[in-house]
Amino acid sequence: MALTPVSTPTLRNRPGRLHEFWYYFRENRGAVIGLWVFAAFVIVALFAPLIAPHDPTQQYREHLLQPPFWADGGSLTYPLGTDALGRDMLSRLLHGARYSFYVGIVVVAFAASGGIIIGLLAGFAPKWLDTVIMRLMDIILAFPSLLLALVLVAILGPSLTNAMIAIAIVLQPHYVRLTRASVMAERSKDYVTAAKVTGAKLPRLMFVTVLPNCLSPIIVQAALSFSTAILDAAALGFLGMGAQPPTPEWGTMLAEAREFILRAWWVVTFPGLAILLTVLAINLMGDGLRDAFDPKLRRS
Amino acid sequence: MLRYVLSRLLTFLPTFFGVTLIAFSFIRLLPGDPIVVMAGERGISDERYQQLREQFGFDQPLMKQYLDYLWGVLHGDLGQSFVTKKPVWDEFFALFPATLELSICAMIFAVALGLPAGVIAAVNRGKFFDRALMSTALVGYSMPIFWWALLLIIVVSGMMGLTPVSGRISLLYYFDNATGFMLIDSLMSGQKGAFGSAVHHLILPTIVLGTIPLAVIARQTRSAMLEVLSEDYIRTARAKGLSPYRVNGVHALRNALIPVITVIGLSVGTLLAGAILTETIFSWPGIGKWMVDSIFRRDYPVVQGGLLLIAVMVMIVNLTVDVLYGLINPKIRKR
Repeated sequence: MALTPVSTPTLRNRPGRLHEFWYYFRENRGAVIGLWVFAAFVIVALFAPLIAPHDPTQQYREHLLQPPFWADGGSLTYPLGTDALGRDMLSRLLHGARYSFYVGIVVVAFAASGGIIIGLLAGFAPKWLDTVIMRLMDIILAFPSLLLALVLVAILGPSLTNAMIAIAIVLQPHYVRLTRASVMAERSKDYVTAAKVTGAKLPRLMFVTVLPNCLSPIIVQAALSFSTAILDAAALGFLGMGAQPPTPEWGTMLAEAREFILRAWWVVTFPGLAILLTVLAINLMGDGLRDAFDPKLRRS
Repeated sequence: MLRYVLSRLLTFLPTFFGVTLIAFSFIRLLPGDPIVVMAGERGISDERYQQLREQFGFDQPLMKQYLDYLWGVLHGDLGQSFVTKKPVWDEFFALFPATLELSICAMIFAVALGLPAGVIAAVNRGKFFDRALMSTALVGYSMPIFWWALLLIIVVSGMMGLTPVSGRISLLYYFDNATGFMLIDSLMSGQKGAFGSAVHHLILPTIVLGTIPLAVIARQTRSAMLEVLSEDYIRTARAKGLSPYRVNGVHALRNALIPVITVIGLSVGTLLAGAILTETIFSWPGIGKWMVDSIFRRDYPVVQGGLLLIAVMVMIVNLTVDVLYGLINPKIRKR
């Protein structure tokens, strides 16, 4: 008797993971709005030089502290007004998006990749190495993050690059803890034992078998630390320890604007609003991601 | 239980030594010779250089330097400030009450508004109140607090002229700092208007520092309440005919409080980080501003000592929260 081929269900037959994810993500209206705002932010960041009406560092000396166009004395040439050196606010804000985007990407990339590798190591390592790694992370976490970042920048010297390094170091223990916890939960499951029995070596076990199943909390964490990175970089800039003037970084712009808060509200209001909107959009997205990944929370 | 406390203490010790090691390495990690860096642009004579080298013990082997440092730390000796020449320990504890007072007020503000907001949102889940409150909480959670502080200054101090912009009390009043807590000292001084002035100075910094904890507490309370509200004993309580107020306020809230209290305890680090920004903006003479000023003044012993003391304090609070949590929730102890 000839064996009739049995049709095995392939991956294509069931709805794709991405499709399923999008189905749940879409249900959260806030998250979708966040996604759109974030998309706009990314577009602005990528094409700032094309969109901006002026050069962000060009000083128009005859238009110092000019208010936005709808206020008395404003003009559409400088839609959101000018700062104390006569630079166009709108152009500076648009260029500022580049720095924030850059900070977010680089910090998350470094913190997450470092944290995931260390976390995987801790999860698979013998007990003593795991203990050593986790105590090291506890030490970093004992310092308030902004304070540690400030001190690190004081050691490295104030600049945007050093601020990013400092923030990445401060954020990285969170990834380590998260990855390790997920690895611990996954490691004893049957599929891992099966992979072990079929002779998978440790690196394969770590990166191919276990890691993909630990990714959802890490992706949520990545979204949330993207916003933390932007906030912390702006805070460091505000304290004079991040990007240095005349860089149109939002926090640095706020620091420069502090003297004028009672005379020119627009130089203070807009950079902060830009930070708030960006961070808010990312946090909305992060909440949506978390709900979409975590079936337990889906109905709440 | 004792075993649990002991095991927590055992993890505390290596972390403590690690933190001292980081604080110790701080001066040695600075690029260049720390003494030359401290001397600044004026430069330094060879004689004085040698003298300082000996004074700081930089001529000793590294291991001995660390042990000496550790010995000093354990005896409350954190070195002296370059600028004021006072012991770092004394400066820290002279300024600490200002930060503590501000932090306590911010926490009271956050809990007083955050708890009810979370409960109301959970009870009205999915309705207008829930959406409005949780949207507001998310905005608060995303707030760059340094900008929030500037906005409040513009509106409340600038446009409405309601509150002062900086400091802890009006210069018109002078009295001894018996406790270091301005609210208590001003009351005890008996001077008319002193207490009012202290309260006025506290309002904006309290709001600014309390904003993020407020948002976190509201969100946490809501999710904890939602979890509890779906439990069977809540249905029983409702079935018994208890008033909604009693069911939500007593039966549910009491059980929802456990995770909330943990969040409150663990936000001490957040508060101290927030204090750095808040104190700098409002010229609040606490340890946050002191640290920032010292970093800019290159007053390295202060930065080193302050870093250590703040970290140890955060660790002690976290340890206490852990132990208390174990007391409340026996499941944790088993791990």
